[in-house]
Amino acid sequence: MEFVSPEGLRLDGRRPTEMRQLRAEIGVVSKADGSAMFEMGNTKVIAAVYGPREVQNKGQQINNDHALVRCEYSMANFSTGDRVRKPKGDRRSIEISLVIRQTMEACIMTHLMPRSQIDIFVQVLQADGGTRSACINAATLALADAGIPMCDLVTSCSAGYLNSTPLLDLNYIEDSAGGADVTVGILPTLDKVTLLQMDAKLPTNIFEDVMQLATEGCKAIANYIREMLAENTKQLEFRRDS
Amino acid sequence: MGIPYTYPIDVTGIVGYIRTNRYPFVAIRADMDAVAMQDDKPFPSDLCRTKQSLGFRVFILSKSGVAHSGSEMRNLQLSLNQTQKIRLQSALEKLESLSSKSNANSVVTVADSIPIYEEGILKGHGTLDRKGELVATVCGVVERINKLIYVRSLRSRYKPETGDIVIGRVIEVAQKRWKLELNFTQDATLMLSSMNLPDGIQRRRTAVDELNMRSIFTENDLVCAEVRSSHNDGSLQLQARNQKYGKLEKGQLLTVNPYLVKRRKLHFHHLEQYGINLIIGCNGFIWVGEHVEVEDKLAVDQANDSEQQIGKSDQNSMDIDGQVETFTPLDTRQNICRIANAVRVLSALGFSITMEVIMETVNLSKTMNLDIHEMLGSEFYVLVAESEAERRSVTKRKR
Repeated sequence: MEFVSPEGLRLDGRRPTEMRQLRAEIGVVSKADGSAMFEMGNTKVIAAVYGPREVQNKGQQINNDHALVRCEYSMANFSTGDRVRKPKGDRRSIEISLVIRQTMEACIMTHLMPRSQIDIFVQVLQADGGTRSACINAATLALADAGIPMCDLVTSCSAGYLNSTPLLDLNYIEDSAGGADVTVGILPTLDKVTLLQMDAKLPTNIFEDVMQLATEGCKAIANYIREMLAENTKQLEFRRDS
Repeated sequence: MGIPYTYPIDVTGIVGYIRTNRYPFVAIRADMDAVAMQDDKPFPSDLCRTKQSLGFRVFILSKSGVAHSGSEMRNLQLSLNQTQKIRLQSALEKLESLSSKSNANSVVTVADSIPIYEEGILKGHGTLDRKGELVATVCGVVERINKLIYVRSLRSRYKPETGDIVIGRVIEVAQKRWKLELNFTQDATLMLSSMNLPDGIQRRRTAVDELNMRSIFTENDLVCAEVRSSHNDGSLQLQARNQKYGKLEKGQLLTVNPYLVKRRKLHFHHLEQYGINLIIGCNGFIWVGEHVEVEDKLAVDQANDSEQQIGKSDQNSMDIDGQVETFTPLDTRQNICRIANAVRVLSALGFSITMEVIMETVNLSKTMNLDIHEMLGSEFYVLVAESEAERRSVTKRKR
């Protein structure tokens, strides 16, 4: 199948290095301490953060002077093309929960919140490829909204390699084409990688190109998230101010 | 296909609209004749041609919607009509222009670097030293006090300070202590020993007192107390050594974001014209309840104690007394609801909550002759936003 047309356009009309449209909204869950909705094209994810709050299950607490971070990932039944009822703890969602938890733990300053726990709930409302990155981006926004101290914003983006072209931000069709799929999560100002996952194989020189492209994408997302947060903070401040 | 269109335009043209009611607008002009297109028709200047391939051109008309998405109301699901939307927008813009300009520049987000103007600064909360550069770890406003630089975060859990008046809900009765939930990172503890006993006598707490702890507060009771100390490991100690502290009854609890409550000299308010007690807890818990005379309560408690000593036979009669006691007149209940709704509106709009602002909102609703339930309608939100803008501009002029 042809994923990049001779004119250099992809199936959905994007250029190979073009990202899907980003849209974010902060404060979508009123009861949560922090929440956000993040859209990358047709992928739509909602994240809610509760905490830092009292540890509910004392047995889970390993380290007493660090906050416990928990994450739960779930996909809505209606999020995919075919409506399948998935059991709650299937292997895929457990794996993604773990990935998100480890990525977020890397940036949260857990030592500032001893004896407490932070719960992150992410749910996929529409799945169209790149749910993993969308979840991480939404979780970052929600954590920042909850006022949890972080050393940097984590952002994530995927990239692939199809028809001997590196492609940024794969959608579902490109994702399921069987080519390589690299998901990268970075700390943009520190320039550190916190997440790197790849399906299939790639030669090292091409991998570097694809990785570079994904990193560029992460930085673009970071700029967008930063703008959103700054706007949101400004709004809150001037309304309160008296 | 269900797409609305207009036809004909220039004999063979057709215009279809696929609506999302959202930005950006994308115009696609497609020719099916594969003849090279001529840009003879002038388009508005803000058009930019983005894609061109095989007689198929896409124009993005306007992206200005992106900037506005942030100004939508958070946590506010209101159906505003067009006029109300514009009025709310203009009121908020007025508020934005009124806010001090210095604040607008000092807003930081996570990992933004904070400029340092002098040597030997002290870094406070919400900051981090990274290779000699000071960066923020939370979203908020940079505050500089002499050499101390810290970031005041807005939306976050309650940050306790000694002496704060807080309201909490009892979630556990443990040994010699109650565990209270007060929107803090941990449950706060209220020791039996840092509590005034109902009989008002200062003495050592005995094992009997410990057994009777549930007669003072049980689970799910609301308690007003004062922050005694917060420890290094994050735990929080409370005390209630005063008659005005204690269990809260006959009223409503409202939770707002703690950043909306400013620390004041006075957090207990007695609104005499309504017969209502208003307690604005520093942790964002606000209590609106019927006014209770402190001395009366003590006397009643003593009377109860003496009755308990008489015997269990009187228990039933006392319960009936208790029921008579809990009757709250309809007027008071309505006033409680009115004040509670005023707080709800203010917190949804994100305005700081003080006694004066609450009373102003209540008076506004009364002068508008609005019913209590109408206070949560979209019209009243717009009115409150407008009056707040008015109020702030007046106070600014006075300065």
